[in-house]
Amino acid sequence: MPLSQRILREGLPRARRLRIVVVALALAALAALGPAPACAAANFPALTGRVVDQAHVLSAGERADLEGKLADLESKSGIQLVVATVSSLDGEEIEPYANALFRAWKLGEAKKNNGVLFLIAPREHRVRIEVGYGLEGTLTDATCSLIIANAVAPRFKAGDYDGGVARGVDDIITVLTTDAAEWQKKPELRAEGDASFLDAIAPFLVLGFILFVFYIITRHGGGGGGGGLLGNMLIASALMGQGGGSFGGGDFGGGGFSGGGGSSGGGGASGSW
Amino acid sequence: MSVLFPRLRAFAAVAILGFAVSACGYNTIPTLEENAKAQWAEVENQYQRRADLIPNLVATVQGYAKQEKDVLTAVTEARAKATSIHVDASELTDPEKVKQMEDAQNALSGALGRLLAVSENYPDLKSNQNFLTLQAQLEGTENRITVARKDYIEAVRAYNTALRTFPTLIWASTVFRANKPMVEFTATPGAETAPKVKF
Repeated sequence: MPLSQRILREGLPRARRLRIVVVALALAALAALGPAPACAAANFPALTGRVVDQAHVLSAGERADLEGKLADLESKSGIQLVVATVSSLDGEEIEPYANALFRAWKLGEAKKNNGVLFLIAPREHRVRIEVGYGLEGTLTDATCSLIIANAVAPRFKAGDYDGGVARGVDDIITVLTTDAAEWQKKPELRAEGDASFLDAIAPFLVLGFILFVFYIITRHGGGGGGGGLLGNMLIASALMGQGGGSFGGGDFGGGGFSGGGGSSGGGGASGSW
Repeated sequence: MSVLFPRLRAFAAVAILGFAVSACGYNTIPTLEENAKAQWAEVENQYQRRADLIPNLVATVQGYAKQEKDVLTAVTEARAKATSIHVDASELTDPEKVKQMEDAQNALSGALGRLLAVSENYPDLKSNQNFLTLQAQLEGTENRITVARKDYIEAVRAYNTALRTFPTLIWASTVFRANKPMVEFTATPGAETAPKVKF
């Protein structure tokens, strides 16, 4: 007999029913509090991979090549670099367009904002390297400007999109992986691995704490009303904390490629050819 | 078990009350207010960053274009004026003060634009590596200012809306009665796009 039917027929113990009501209410409250999904402009291309060639200017071989380099960069440093060509900027300047697209795709990890968007608009003859907050110190505006002016724009001018993108990406990767400050951050990355283990067991610790408090309260049942109330509030707040925690998940698993929740404040540089 | 039920009921009542209060937006107003203030700090930060770049830029241009004294002086003066006006996060509800700062920053933008325009006449300056670097940094900073302003405007809009709409209106007219709407920027012509530089 399915569980739900058995519950319907026999009923749950009252305590359990109450608890379900409370949890349901908590979930409803959390759902109501959750941020509304950000509405991206309808004509942004979908983030289908590390190379999004909406304008169809890159060869298949070059795309595969880039995918490999970019995946390699992310596995080594955690930096999400995405190359995108768009068929049109829809009458916008490339700077606000790149920033909006970066934020819609949420490139880079949420805590580190270590994403980079290499955006090419062949129709408008505009190119931009948009840098996430966390990498502004490494991949500076001046560096981006130099990469565009020296490695990218001349090749685009000659109609060599494959070559321009390849050199641009190579230069960006070189800058991102050879900066001393970036190397010094490496031990910190490892330390974070331990923290995530703590994150994983945190819900159980909280649950244990709730049970413990609950046990204490029920055992000392004769205590004053105030104390009981305090205990209840403790449980309630602990439960709220736990509910919030379970919602703050990281990336979704699965086959597709997706941004990690990073943002950009408009760093980087643009150019034209 | 007999002790358990009243306890549980009290626990449930407190929990429900807690959730109900937060679901009705008790936390919304302070959260949005702090967010708007944080966005303002970012706007100030980027303006400061622009101001920090200017002495270097002026010095570099001076080396190549001494005769453009007027333009250089105008930039230096506009910078001095802009950096002297500082709007604290608590003064964001004062339209007069915000407007003062806006005007000063806009005057600086105008002076900078003229400086970059006259720089076009000096080929040696235009090919100077230091100048190119400063120009790229300045361009990037202008773009960051645009983004920071946009984020601030959005944050203020969310906060001001919360002060005027149900259910947060209940809290705005009781507990947070002292909270006033913050000043939104008026979009200034040319502020939306970073100055363009041709390579």
